[in-house]
Order: sequence, then structure tokens, then C-alpha cells
Amino acid sequence: MIPLSYYLVLSGILFVCGVLGFLIKRNIITIFMSIELMLNGVNLSFVAFAAHWHALSGQVFVFFVMVVAAAEAAVGLAIIIAVYRTRETLNVDQVNLLKL
Amino acid sequence: MAGAVNLLVQSHPIDSALSLIAVMASLAAEYLLLGAEFVAAVQVIVYAGAIMVLFVITIMLLNAGKEERSKGSRVAIVLGVPGVLIGGGLVAWTLLQRSNMQATVPIGALPGDPSDIARLLFHNFLLPFEVTSVLILIAIMGAVVLASRPEAVARGARKDEGQG
Repeated sequence: MIPLSYYLVLSGILFVCGVLGFLIKRNIITIFMSIELMLNGVNLSFVAFAAHWHALSGQVFVFFVMVVAAAEAAVGLAIIIAVYRTRETLNVDQVNLLKL
Repeated sequence: MAGAVNLLVQSHPIDSALSLIAVMASLAAEYLLLGAEFVAAVQVIVYAGAIMVLFVITIMLLNAGKEERSKGSRVAIVLGVPGVLIGGGLVAWTLLQRSNMQATVPIGALPGDPSDIARLLFHNFLLPFEVTSVLILIAIMGAVVLASRPEAVARGARKDEGQG
């Protein structure tokens, strides 16, 4: 028997790491990975609560979150490739115009 | 696992990607520990398989190097780190105040049978499931349009004009 709060604290740590990476990193790909890390932290708390309440809906929600994360990663990486083609950079500080 | 998370403080994107794979794998093990076999399998297939391959291919395609520090990044560190620490502390404090520490999670006791999940997914959550399929389709089309070369699109448009 593992206390539920351990899982919640771990998921919070993962989420905070994601937010930190999102704020500190200047590489656009690393920023994307930070977003994935945040989504994973939320998933962990979903599964922990599902196990705690014996409700399977939490796992179904994790499934949906994963689907959305996959779609987001596909579109986001395509945007990164498009930005790199026009700007020749991956640094978000130098990408300051939406115009091509 | 905290060590795997700390590996994210890397300056090279490929190192970050490898450490993210480690985090995904350990999370999958955590799900197995919680008795959620289906979610663990989906985690390995979707995250460690698909998404990370996408990331690594993009890193190699764009030939990403070490990131350099700039003025904006220093500002982000100075403002962001205390803000995040305050926010995280607030969340942790609320969690410790409100949650009773006696609440425990049994290991592997969840009736996480894939057939039960399928029944829930295709009966109670049928509409969201179909909506996610439409979302995936739109995402695929958007990715193809965004990643295709602009010259190819322009050439196609010119060809249309020539015909019309």
C-alpha cells in the first residue's frame, strides 16, 4: 500500500519540471518536450486517482489525453519544421514575427 | 525517477530527448505498479514509440545544436524560477493540508481489464472517442500541409491558374 499523496507529489514534481523547462529553455523542441512532460505528470495523477477510487474512467481520460498529446506533437513538430525553413533558427527569441 | 527528471536540465536537445524517454519508461513501470496494464501499454506504444521517434527525427532533420544563452533567456530564468517555485510550493502546501495521508493506493488491485476499459470507452465515452478520431484526422492533414514545402504549394497554385 503506497500513500496516494506520494503519487500526487511525484506528478506535481513532473509538472513543475515541465513548467520550468518551458520557461527556461530557449530551444523550441525542448519546449515541446517540456509540454509532453507536463501532460505526463497530469496522466500520472489521473491513474493514481483512478486506482484510489476504483473508477476506470480515469484511465479512459488518460487515453484521451494521450490522443490529444499525439495530435499536438504532430502538428507542433510540423510547425517547427515550417518555422525552421523560413527562419533557419530554433531559438524562440529570434522568432518574433508571425509573418513569414 | 527524480534522477531521470533532473536529466532534463540538459542543454543539448538530443540529451533531453533521451532523458524524456527514460521518464516515459519509468512512468510506464509506475502505471504497471498501479495495476493499469492497458495504460502502461498505451504509454509505451504511443509515447515512447511514436512521439519520441517523431521528436528524434525532427532533431536530426533540423540538425539542432547546443542552445546559446541570450538576454531573454536570462530574464526568463530570473523571473520564472521564483515564480514556479512559489507556485509549486503553493500546490504542495494545499495538497498536504487537504489530503489525509492515510489515503493509500493498493498495488495492482485495480480491475484494469482491457475488456472493461473497452466497454467503458465504446459505450459511455463513444461520442468523445469519435470526436478524437476527427481531431486526429485534422491533425494529420494540418501536419502534412504545414510540413510540405511552400514552393510545392505555390507551384500547384500556379498550375491551377494556368489551367483556369
